[in-house]
Amino acid sequence: MPPGFSSSDFYYLMPELVITAGALLVLALDVLLPRAWERVLSWVTVAVILGAGLALVPSAGQNLTIARDLVAIDGFATFFKVLFLVAAALTVLMSPRYLTLENVHPGEYYFLVLCATLGMMFMAGGVDLITLFIGLETMAVSFYVLTGIIRPNKRSNEAAIKYFVLGAFSLGLLLYGMSILYGLTGSTHLRVIATSLVAGDGGLLLPFAVMLLVAGIGFKIAAVPFHMWAPDVYEGAPTPITAFLSVGSKAASFAMLLRIFVAGLPAFRADGLGTAWGQPFGWGAFFYVLAVVTMTVGNLAALTQGNIKRLLAYSSIAHAGYILIGIVAGSTRGVSAALVYLMIYAFMQLGAFAVVVMLRRKDIIGDELKDLTGLYATHPGAAIAMLVFMLSLGGIPPTAGFMGKFWVFGAAIDAGYVWLAVIGVLNSAVSLYYYIRIVVFMWISEEEEKSAAFGISPAVATVLAVTLAMTVLLGIYPRLLFDFAQASAASLGSVPSLGLR
Amino acid sequence: MLVLIPLLPFAGFVINAFVGRRLSKTVSGGLACLVMVAAFLVAAITGWTVISGGHAIEQTLFTWLPSGDLQIPFALRVDPLATVMILVVTGIGALIHVYSIGYMHEETDGEYARYFSYLNLFASFMLVLVLGANFPVMFIGWEGVGLCSYLLIGFWFRKKPAADAGKKAFVVNRIGDFGFILGMLLLFASFHTLDFQGVALAAAARAPETATFGLMTAATLLLFLGATGKSAQIPLYVWLPDAMEGPTPVSALIHAATMVTAGVYMIARNAVLFSHAPTTLAVVAGIGVATALMAGTIGLVQNDIKRVLAYSTVSQLGYMFLAMGMGAYAAGIFHLYTHAFFKALLFLGSGAVIHALAGEQDLRNMGGLKKALPVTYWTFLTGAIAIAGVPPLSGFFSKDEILFRTFTGTAVNGWNGRPLLWLIGIVTSLLTATYMFRLVFMAFHGERRHDAPAAPVRPEEEEPGAPVPPLPGPVYSDLPAVDRTHGATHASHAHEGAHLHDAPPSMAIPLIVLAIGSIVAGFIGVPHAIWGSNRIETFLDPSFEVSREAAATEPGAPLVDVPPAAEPHEDTGRELTLMAVSTGIAFAGIGIAMYFWLRNRAASDRMARRFAALHRLLLNKYYVDEIYDAAVVQPIRLLSTSGLWKGVDVGIIDGAVNGVGLSVGAGSRGLRRAQTGSVRTYAASLFLGVVLILGWYLWR
Amino acid sequence: MLTSYVPIFIFIVIAAAFAAFTIVFARLVSAQKPNAIKLEPYECGIEAAGDARDRYSIRYYLIAMLFVIFDVETVFMFPWAVSLGKLAVFGLIEMLLFLFILVVGYFYAWRKGALEWQL
Repeated sequence: MPPGFSSSDFYYLMPELVITAGALLVLALDVLLPRAWERVLSWVTVAVILGAGLALVPSAGQNLTIARDLVAIDGFATFFKVLFLVAAALTVLMSPRYLTLENVHPGEYYFLVLCATLGMMFMAGGVDLITLFIGLETMAVSFYVLTGIIRPNKRSNEAAIKYFVLGAFSLGLLLYGMSILYGLTGSTHLRVIATSLVAGDGGLLLPFAVMLLVAGIGFKIAAVPFHMWAPDVYEGAPTPITAFLSVGSKAASFAMLLRIFVAGLPAFRADGLGTAWGQPFGWGAFFYVLAVVTMTVGNLAALTQGNIKRLLAYSSIAHAGYILIGIVAGSTRGVSAALVYLMIYAFMQLGAFAVVVMLRRKDIIGDELKDLTGLYATHPGAAIAMLVFMLSLGGIPPTAGFMGKFWVFGAAIDAGYVWLAVIGVLNSAVSLYYYIRIVVFMWISEEEEKSAAFGISPAVATVLAVTLAMTVLLGIYPRLLFDFAQASAASLGSVPSLGLR
Repeated sequence: MLVLIPLLPFAGFVINAFVGRRLSKTVSGGLACLVMVAAFLVAAITGWTVISGGHAIEQTLFTWLPSGDLQIPFALRVDPLATVMILVVTGIGALIHVYSIGYMHEETDGEYARYFSYLNLFASFMLVLVLGANFPVMFIGWEGVGLCSYLLIGFWFRKKPAADAGKKAFVVNRIGDFGFILGMLLLFASFHTLDFQGVALAAAARAPETATFGLMTAATLLLFLGATGKSAQIPLYVWLPDAMEGPTPVSALIHAATMVTAGVYMIARNAVLFSHAPTTLAVVAGIGVATALMAGTIGLVQNDIKRVLAYSTVSQLGYMFLAMGMGAYAAGIFHLYTHAFFKALLFLGSGAVIHALAGEQDLRNMGGLKKALPVTYWTFLTGAIAIAGVPPLSGFFSKDEILFRTFTGTAVNGWNGRPLLWLIGIVTSLLTATYMFRLVFMAFHGERRHDAPAAPVRPEEEEPGAPVPPLPGPVYSDLPAVDRTHGATHASHAHEGAHLHDAPPSMAIPLIVLAIGSIVAGFIGVPHAIWGSNRIETFLDPSFEVSREAAATEPGAPLVDVPPAAEPHEDTGRELTLMAVSTGIAFAGIGIAMYFWLRNRAASDRMARRFAALHRLLLNKYYVDEIYDAAVVQPIRLLSTSGLWKGVDVGIIDGAVNGVGLSVGAGSRGLRRAQTGSVRTYAASLFLGVVLILGWYLWR
Repeated sequence: MLTSYVPIFIFIVIAAAFAAFTIVFARLVSAQKPNAIKLEPYECGIEAAGDARDRYSIRYYLIAMLFVIFDVETVFMFPWAVSLGKLAVFGLIEMLLFLFILVVGYFYAWRKGALEWQL
C-alpha cells in the first residue's frame, strides 16, 4: 500500500463504499430485472441506505482523518451522514407511487439519489477544498438530472435547465474563491489554510475570496440574494426530489459552509477582513446580512403564494436564514444550534413534502393550496400530521421546530447578537401566517368532492409516521439530539490531526 | 399527580380527535365533561394539599432542554397562585363543558366531537400554562391556547368572519408572543435560568431599576408585550371582540377561565421580577387603566350582545393590569377569580338568549325576555350586579380592593399619578355599571321587539366598522360560499312566533351554579376594614415573594429583601370612604342605565344624535382596526405581492411558465425567449449579489 | 503580489486596443458598397440555404457524450500506466475497480439501448 494509506481507511470509508456499490447494484438490477420487478428497486435502495447506516457505526466517537488527510471521520461528519441517510431513506420511501404516476423510470432515479447522497457525505467529511468540491459536484450533477427526470413535463425540464445553468455559474464563483485561497496559502487543506493565513494576507484578495465563497455557498443554501432559482426549481422538480433538495442539499451545503468557514477560516470570523464604519469585521458580518435578508425576504414572499411547493420553497429559504443565525453566533453553541435546527428541519420538511407527495394522484397534480381542501375529512391522520409539521415549521411548542428556534435564537443572544434574534423572532411570528393558511385549507370540507379520496401507500404512511414521531419526540425530548449536536459541533472546532498512524 | 391535571383533558382531546367521529354525541360530550370534572377533582385535592400543607408542590417529569451546564426540566409546580388558577380553569371550564352539551347539540356527530376535542385541548394547554414551573413549559401552554383559540374561534370556518376572526386572534397573539420569546431569551442569557423561582431569586439579588432602564426593565416590558397580546390590552386587544364569531361557550371559556387571564397570571407569576422594574409597572398600570376606560366607552354603544360583553372583558382585564401595575398582585388575581365567575355567567347567559332567539345577537331586536326566560334573566341579572360592583356580590370586593390599592399604593415610579389612575378607575366603574344595565334593560325589559325576521342579521352588516382580517390573502377566494350559519342551525328548531323556551337543564344548571358563585365568591376576600380577614391575599402573598425554600437551597445567593408589598395601612376610615364612593358609583351607573334605557329610551337616542360624531367614533371602536389595516397589514401585503423579488418572480418567471402552456408552436418559441431571459435574470441577481457585497466592502 | 500581474494587464490592454484600432481604422478608410450577395454569410463559396438553427437527432449528442466519457477515461490510464511501477499492486487493484465501475456504466448504457442507432 502506498504511503499515506492504510487498510483502516477503507474501514472508516465503509458507508461511502456501501453507497457506491449499492448505486452500481441498482443500476445493474435495473437492466437485469424484468420490468415487472421494478418495485423491488426501491426496497433495494432502502436496504443499501440502511447498510450504509450500519457501516457508519464504527465512525461514532472517532476523531481522525483518513485517505491522505483528505477526509475527516469526526463527530461533525457523522452527524451529517446520519442526517443524509435518514433524508435519503425517507425520500426513497415516498417515491415509488409518485414515480409510477409520473411515469418515471425508477432505475436511474434511485441510482442518482444514491449518487447525490454519496456526494453529500463527502461534503460533510471533506477537510480539503478539492474533496469538498468533488463532493459538491457529485451531488449537484445528480440533482440537475433528478430535477428534470420527468421528461415529458416542461416545468420539470425548465427547472432542470435553470438549475443547471445557474448552478454552474455559482460553482464557478465558488471555485474561483477556492483557487484564491489556494493561491494565498499554497494548500487546499483546511488545516493548513487555518494555520497559515493571517490578517492582511493578500490585501484585497482574501476578502474577495471570502465573498466568492459566500456567494457560491449562498447559492446552494438558497440564501437571498442567491435564492432566485429555488422557487422555480422546487416547483418544477418531482416532489420527492424537491423534498430531498430542500433538506439534503441544503444540509450538505451548510456542512461545507461550516467546514470552510468555521474550520478553515476561524481567525476571520469577527475581524481580519478590514474595517467597516470603524469596526473590524470578518465573514460573520456577511452572514449576518445574509441571515437578515434571507429570513425577511423568504417569509414575506411566502405570504402570498398559492402553490404549496413554491410556498415551501420560500419557507425553506427563510429557514436557511434562521440556520445562518446560528453560524453568525459562531460559538460551539451557535454551531450546535445550527446542527440541531438542520436535523429538526429535515424531519418536519420531509414530512410536509410527504403529504404533498400523497396528494399527487391520477389527474390531480396536487400542489396547489386548493388541493388540500377537505383533507381532514378524508384523511384525518394525514391532516393532523400536516398540522403538526406546519406548527413545527412555525416554531410552536412543544413541537421540535420550537426547540430548534429556541436554541438558535438563544445562541444568538448568548453571543451578543440581540438584534439578530429580535429579527428572527419577528420573522417566525410572520411565518405562522402562511403555515396557518395551509391548515385552513385542510379543514375546509366540500361534500361534493369527498369522493376524491385516495389511498396512502404503506411506504408513504411509514414516512409520515417516522417524521411525525420525530417532530413530536424531538420537541418533547430533544436531549439526545442536543448532546449529539454539541459533541459534533465541538469536533468541528479543530480539524483533527492525522490519526491512527 | 400534578401531571394528571393537564393530562386528563388531553386524553379527552386525543380520544375525541381520533375516534370522536364514530362516537355518539352523548359519549363524546360526556367524555369531555367527565375528564374536566376529573381534572377539577384532582385540582381540588392538590389545592387542598397546598392550602393545608402551606408550601408548593413540584413535579419534575424529565429534563427537557439540556445544554451543558444548564438544564431546563419539564416541571410542574403548584403554589397558592397556581392553586387559584387551576381551580378556576378546571371548575369554570367544567361548567362550560357541561353547558356546551346543550348549546352545541345541533351539530353533527363529527363536528360535535371536534368541538369537544378542541375544548379539552384548550383546557389542557391552559393548565400547562398555569402549572409550568419555568418559562419554556409555560410557553407550551401559552402557544397552545393561542392555537386552540384559533381553532375554536374559527370553529364555524365556513362563516368567513369566523375564519378571519380565528386567524386574526392567532396572528395578533403571535405578535405578543414575539415579546414573550424575546423576554424569555433575554432572561435566559442574563440569569442563566428560566425557572420562575430561579428568576425571582436572581432578580431579588439585584437592586430595583428605579431610575435606570436596565435588563429587568427591558425583559419585563417584552414579557408585558406578550401579556397584552394574550390578555387583550392596548395595542393588541383587537382580536378579542372579533373572537365573538366563535360559539358562545367558547367565548365564555376564552373570557373567563382561559386565555385572556394568561397575561395577568404571567405577570403575577413573575411578581418579584416586575417589582424590580418600577418603570414597567408604571407602563402596565397606565396601559391597564387606559384599556379599561377605552373598552368601557366602546362597550357603551355596541349593539351586539356578545360584543358588549367582549369589551367589558377587555375593560375588566384593564383593571387587573392596573392592579398588577400598582404591585397589588393579590388584588389583581382576586379580581381575576371573581371575574371568572360572573363573566362566564354573563356569556353563558347571553348564549342562552341567543339560543332561545334562534341566533339573534342584536340587542335592538331583543327586549321583554324577562318573562319568557326567567332562569336566564335572574342569573344574568346576578352577573350584571356582580360586575357592576354592588356589595356584597363578588365583583364589589375585588374591584374595590383594586381601587383602594390604586389610591394608596406605592408603585408608580416616582410619579404621583395615583389619584388620577384611581379617578379613571372610578369612571370606568361607572361605565361598567351603565353598559351592563343597558344590556340587561335592552334585552330583558321593555317591549318585545323580536318580531323582526328570524334570519339573523350579523352585526357586520350594520356596523360600518366590520372587522378587517389581517392580511386577507387570496385564501378565501376559493372557499365555498357561506352556506350555513349558526343562526340558521338554531333556527332549525323553529320556535319563533311560538313560545320561547328557557335554557334546557344542561345549560341552566351551569348558569345557576355560576350565579351562586358570583354571589359568594367574594367572601374569601372581605377586607379588614369591614371586619373580614382577606383570606385570599394572605393565602396568595407567598407566591409574590422569593420562596424562602428556593433561597435556602441556593447557597451564596444574596437575598436583598424586597420592600414588602405595601402592608394594608390600618386606615379603616379612608377605606370605608372609598368603599362608599364605589358603591355609590355602581348605583349611579345603574341609575343612568335605568333612566336612558328603561324609563326614557328616547333620551338615549337624543344623546346619540347630539353627540353624533362621538357616537360614530365609539361605534366604530375608534377606527383602530382600520388604522392597523392601513398602517401594518396593507404595507406588508404590498411588500409581499409587488415587492422587488415577487415582481421579478411573477412578471418574468410566471410569464415564462405560463408561456409554456399557451400552445406548442408559439409556446416553444416564447419559452425559449422567456427562459433565456429569466435565467439571465437569475444569473444577474447572483452576480449582483457579489457586486453588492464587494461594493459594500469597498465603500464602507 | 498583484504587481506581478501588471505585464499581463498591459498585454491585454494592448491586444484589445490593437483589435479595436484595426476594426475602426478599416471602417474609416474603406469604401463600403454593400449588396445582398456581399452580405451573405460565407460558407466555403457555396450558397447558404436554410436556417442555421436546425434540429439534430438527439442520438448525436448521446453518442458524443458517451464517446467523451470513455475517451477521457482512457486518457486517465496513461499517467497511471507510467507510474504503475510505483503504485504496485495497490494501483492495479484501484484501476481494476475503476474499470469495473466504468464497465457497469457501459453495460447499463448498452442494455438501455444508448448505443443503438435505431430504437
